[in-house]
Amino acid sequence: MNSKTVEIAVGIFVALGIAAFFMLAMKVSNLISYESASGYQISARFDNIGGLRERSPVAVGGVRIGKVSSIEYDNETYEAVVVMEIEPKYNRFPTDTSAGILTAGLLGEQYVGLEPGAEEKFLISGGEITVTQSAIVLEEIIGQFLYSKADEK
Amino acid sequence: MSFSRGSRKIFDNISLDIPRGKVTAIMGPSGTGKTTLLKLIGGQLRPDQGSIEMDGNNVHQLTRKDLYQLRKRMGMLFQSGALLTDINVFDNIAYPIREHTKLDESLIRSLVLMKLNAVGLRGARDLMPSELSGGMARRVAMARAIALDPVMVMYDEPFTGQDPISMGVLVNLIRSMNQSLHLSSVVVSHDVPETLSISDYIYLISDGCIVAQGSPEELKNSSDPWVQQFIAGQPDGPVPFHFSASPLMQDLLQE
Amino acid sequence: MLDQLQLTGQRVIAVFARLGQATLFLYQIIMTLPGLMLRPSLIIKQLYSTGVQTLLIIVVAGCFVGMVLALQAYYVLVDFGAEDSISQMVVLTLMRELGPVITGLLFAGRAGSALTAEIGLMKSTEQLSGMEMMAIDPMQRVMAPRILAGFLAMPLLTAVFMAVGVLGGYLVAVHGVGIFEGVYWSLAQLKVDFYSDLMNGMIKSIVFGFVIVWIAVFEGYDSVPTSEGLGQATTRTVVHGSLAVLGLDFLLTAIMFGDI
Repeated sequence: MNSKTVEIAVGIFVALGIAAFFMLAMKVSNLISYESASGYQISARFDNIGGLRERSPVAVGGVRIGKVSSIEYDNETYEAVVVMEIEPKYNRFPTDTSAGILTAGLLGEQYVGLEPGAEEKFLISGGEITVTQSAIVLEEIIGQFLYSKADEK
Repeated sequence: MSFSRGSRKIFDNISLDIPRGKVTAIMGPSGTGKTTLLKLIGGQLRPDQGSIEMDGNNVHQLTRKDLYQLRKRMGMLFQSGALLTDINVFDNIAYPIREHTKLDESLIRSLVLMKLNAVGLRGARDLMPSELSGGMARRVAMARAIALDPVMVMYDEPFTGQDPISMGVLVNLIRSMNQSLHLSSVVVSHDVPETLSISDYIYLISDGCIVAQGSPEELKNSSDPWVQQFIAGQPDGPVPFHFSASPLMQDLLQE
Repeated sequence: MLDQLQLTGQRVIAVFARLGQATLFLYQIIMTLPGLMLRPSLIIKQLYSTGVQTLLIIVVAGCFVGMVLALQAYYVLVDFGAEDSISQMVVLTLMRELGPVITGLLFAGRAGSALTAEIGLMKSTEQLSGMEMMAIDPMQRVMAPRILAGFLAMPLLTAVFMAVGVLGGYLVAVHGVGIFEGVYWSLAQLKVDFYSDLMNGMIKSIVFGFVIVWIAVFEGYDSVPTSEGLGQATTRTVVHGSLAVLGLDFLLTAIMFGDI
């Protein structure tokens, strides 16, 4: 085994490894969405964010347009503050757009669904959505149902 | 100097001088630590007490860098040859030259061929170490030991396990190289006739002490019974034949 | 009873002593690194023995693991009607856990034991001593290139394992079970995070690679130069290396994925 052959073999090996890595990065990870990570920020306040987490999707009409970049808790107003990063090309959300925390499918993960409003002015970076709908908490619904049933009697 | 391994004192306060330009032999029964002595001289082991000096340098007080410089002036022939098994004979001898000098390849080639010629193995230059016989491997190792033209060469049991012809070749080589290259040679061995025939001065070591020293004639004519037993190879004498045990009758009756 | 305690205590101390020796050994090797950079051919040669020669088993293993994963995932998910998530499961499992761990175990077994045997043999035939006496530092010439090569080879091998596994999963999912091709790739893209999944997996593989070669080279260097001693040393490399991989995997998983 002379050194030339060895060097070529090693070169192929390294190239293979790097190619494998790239294939993984491009085809099976969300690297692409990271690249367009310079979106603009919109915040919204909720009473209850349910199962929403950082990097949960933000969608309009089922189409993903951004993600949740951070979730904080406001100690003074006792609300959860969700900051979302929206892709720059989707910049025509009226200021009275509403945001709700919905569930994908029946048992799927939770995401922020936006529904455009009717105002003429659009939201800009740093803006806030004021019309919000908190997540549906199953226990509360069951509780409500039971109480209403009890009331009927 | 003194040196111990664990609780066993290998060398107890011994003192030796190795004169320049001569062949000095260190002999003794197996297991007295003759190889250890070579490692102490080469700086691979450290004495517990005392010092080892080569050419005016205290070997163990040198920095790592200086020690490596000193080692370039020492050649060592290991018992097994210690050739690098993944490269051929030529590259084995060229190895120290390539590592320590920036000589041109054509010059290196000439040097290696000359060294190989000195040991009579120029034709074996392309063989791999695994293809060599024991004697040939030792000769290649000898060629490698003199590759950098050292001032001192240490031979660790060079004659062990050799057939008479290879033995003769090696004996001859050690002596002639010592003369022609103006080396100081240290031969560690327990092959009495061969060693006596080429040495200028001999140290006999046993149990960590120097039992006897002198020229070959002095030792042959020594009155010390132990020396005589060793030189003549007698099975029984001061060093007993029987390993210490209770008397035979007692052992048999004990069951 | 007291004897047992004393024995246990001695054993524990011995473990720490060994760890100390191994660390000093590593330190010596790191010191030689600047000089080693001038001799890339040594590293390349080692990359060949540790990396290229392990490639085949990694590819085969990766393919089969990916296919089995996909198959098992399908059988479980189909009951929930969630069989489209098959790619998510295959890719995440491979990237986060199976990729680094299985590659690590295979690497410890194949490359690790070979390293230990090689160095142990060099020690017993006095080649290492010989090099020292020729004023050539075996740490720099023999040990350091091997450690560096292992360190570089592991992430590459892991990437190949993961990629082949994903492809194997694709084969089973799309051509075996009937998931739509587009669904397979796009769900994976959506759900797999580059940083927290892929990069974490790669970081794991680098850590594993480093630990495995460290153990392998040290065991070889420290081996008893008899045939029995060599066998024991290679066994230790494989056992300790594998245990280290599994233990570190737990630790790293807890650190990396614990927050989610």
